[in-house]
Amino acid sequence: MTTTKTTVLKRALYAATALCLPAAAMAQDYSSYGIKEDVPGACSFAAIDAKDYSGRTLNIITHAIPVIGEPTALHAQQFQELTGATVNVVHVPFGDLFQRIMIPFQTGQAAYDVLFYASLWLGDFNPYFAEVPQSYQDSSGMMSVTPTYKGVATWNGKMLQYTMDGDRHYLKYRADVFENPEMQAMFKEKTGRDLTVPATWEEYNEVAAAFNDMDFDGDGQPNFGSAEVTKRDDLMFSAFISRVAPYAKHPDVKGGFFFDLETMTPLVNTPGWVHGLELFVEAQKSMPPGGTSFGLGDEIFSFGGGQTLMSYSWDDAFIQAMQEDSPIRNKVAAAILPGAHEVWNRDTGAWDHFDEPNRAPYVTWGWSSAVAANSQNQDMAFDYLCFFANEANTLSDLQIGRFGVNPYRDTHFDPAFYETEMGWDAAVAESYATTLRDIDGGANQVFDLRVPGVGEFMSSLAAGVARAMSGEASAQEALDGVAAEWGQIVDRIGADRVRAAYANVVALEDR
Amino acid sequence: MYRQKYLFLLPGLLVLVAIILFPLLFTIRVSFSSWDVYNPGLNWIGGDNFTRLLADSRYWQALVRLSLLTLATVTLQYVLGFGLALLVWRDIAARRLFRVLFLVPMMTTPVVMSVIWRTIFHESLGPLNPILDALGIGAQPWLSQAGHALAAVMIVEIWQWTPFMFLMLLAGLLSLPQEPYLAARIDGAGPIRTFLSVTFPMMAAISTGAILIRLIEASKLMETIYVLTSGGPGTSTETTSYYIYIRGMRDFQIGYSAALSLTYLVVMIVSLTVIAKALTRMVVKD
Repeated sequence: MTTTKTTVLKRALYAATALCLPAAAMAQDYSSYGIKEDVPGACSFAAIDAKDYSGRTLNIITHAIPVIGEPTALHAQQFQELTGATVNVVHVPFGDLFQRIMIPFQTGQAAYDVLFYASLWLGDFNPYFAEVPQSYQDSSGMMSVTPTYKGVATWNGKMLQYTMDGDRHYLKYRADVFENPEMQAMFKEKTGRDLTVPATWEEYNEVAAAFNDMDFDGDGQPNFGSAEVTKRDDLMFSAFISRVAPYAKHPDVKGGFFFDLETMTPLVNTPGWVHGLELFVEAQKSMPPGGTSFGLGDEIFSFGGGQTLMSYSWDDAFIQAMQEDSPIRNKVAAAILPGAHEVWNRDTGAWDHFDEPNRAPYVTWGWSSAVAANSQNQDMAFDYLCFFANEANTLSDLQIGRFGVNPYRDTHFDPAFYETEMGWDAAVAESYATTLRDIDGGANQVFDLRVPGVGEFMSSLAAGVARAMSGEASAQEALDGVAAEWGQIVDRIGADRVRAAYANVVALEDR
Repeated sequence: MYRQKYLFLLPGLLVLVAIILFPLLFTIRVSFSSWDVYNPGLNWIGGDNFTRLLADSRYWQALVRLSLLTLATVTLQYVLGFGLALLVWRDIAARRLFRVLFLVPMMTTPVVMSVIWRTIFHESLGPLNPILDALGIGAQPWLSQAGHALAAVMIVEIWQWTPFMFLMLLAGLLSLPQEPYLAARIDGAGPIRTFLSVTFPMMAAISTGAILIRLIEASKLMETIYVLTSGGPGTSTETTSYYIYIRGMRDFQIGYSAALSLTYLVVMIVSLTVIAKALTRMVVKD
């Protein structure tokens, strides 16, 4: 094929138009799309508006509405309007999402260009993802993603996930109760010590027990100590790991939290894990009626609705509590997860004492997105993700709790944003943003077990923990069973294969 | 000369093979592979999956639990369904309204109704416990204690599927001949004697059919467990279908879950055949 003069001229014209259009489009007002104002950059509304994908189709698979599914559809509609592309969005319930993505991958079908899924599945999906091109990694939106979440998006040194959410577990509590002199006196009378925000899980259980089954907010309804995710197959494993982490993640012991990276021996039945489970079992007596089978939704509404004093998980319950119509709006606060004075040291085989409680922030889950390596529309797919996660869209999405988009950029940890844009009291905004920033920059972080077969590992862990919670087995027996199953899973997959994947997680934790 | 006639059967046979036999044969093939999240495809591992499932105590416990749950719920559905059918069989006020009303639960979507029931059973937010409290019975740990959780599952199953029994048995009752009843009346038989000696024996055949259909359906119990209890507390409400779902869909052990499914299919075919034979023998003897 020869390039004619006309073609050269045409290309020059297109290039000039492409260069001029973003500048011209900047002048446009995109507030009708629900954003406050467009933020200039490679993925801004103006930049995407300048692209023409007419006649092309983008296929997206995502979670059911509303969590992530709703913003996916919203930004797909916007992308369609701006670029002329046809965008098909398939919404899938969470229970089916993994296999709906995995089966086309394994059978070589290019079913979807863009995929939204749980970031911990990267250990399984990574062979099928396209690397995020450097130009997108250099975009302003991606440059301001914190190192923690860039780390979550990276696999063997390559950025395979397009960061559009940041998740972590943290403590939420009723600040109005903790600051109430009557409640403080009542607690001191019951326990002999001052009421403080729990610094260890023992303290958490003690506070929860002291405030359990009483009307601490004076609304005529009984209140309870703790709302936790305890339903077996409803992300209970994350709650359990939050409780275990400070006892089992020794800051001076490197080389693995779930496994010993060298030997690939499961560590889930070591004393730190067992103690964490014993405390989890003990906490059941301070949960509301039915609290021992609470799924994530129950936990959100229990704490967010003012039923319980404390809770810990992702942002949802906190955001629920801070809804405009919430009875406890501006009466809550956030804090880093409780820690532990005694931490198991697997190198020495003994408990080490920490005067200042050992903290082990759990950076768990988080939705993520990627482009399929076999997609024929990678340019458009990355543009869509870049647009989804542009600064203007994200600032808007962060304000809608049901969207499930949570802070992951440096700018998201600014208390002023929550105070001015969301109308939170200064103290609440400060507590929330500071907690998230401290977790993000904190040492001794624990990350999800992102290895092939993570679903199987977590399913086994949840089943074992559930056995202990229901009294079918002691904590040690239950976790011995889990460790045996994990050993079998590792043998089946191949220790080297799991080790190679787990090394990515350990590298993040041991930074 | 007439061999061409087989050509006319071919389209139907092809459809049959495609719809019924191919998935089954494919499942058999998959069950001899280690297809999972890290090992895609149809490799050959012989009977490893079947050896593994023999030692899988969780699977066998789930199977025993399902059997007991199925027998208990279907028995209760039969008793209640028969009772309701008898109630509206004869001329009573608003008979037509009751007939429609009794069918409503069956016409609802199981998953949606399970969500509604989960809300009803919710121990701190649901309406059931306050009602029980008001009645002096006291709040019950519906979903957080093993026995109660099993009872909750049974209640939902019975609520949802008793109408099916009702429908089948009412159809049977309406088709019964009147002569035996006239004869019984002439012989001076009371209502109980008439039921035991006339109605029940004449309903045996349709009862057998209804029970078998319900046993087959109940043995696939999955949605209610998924929504209501997720198999918990512990593993106390885990049924075979739910366990296979966990292994197949959550853990993505396609090969192993195929082996579990096939074993389950064989167990079900054998036990349901035995039950069907036993019930039929009872009917024929009577």
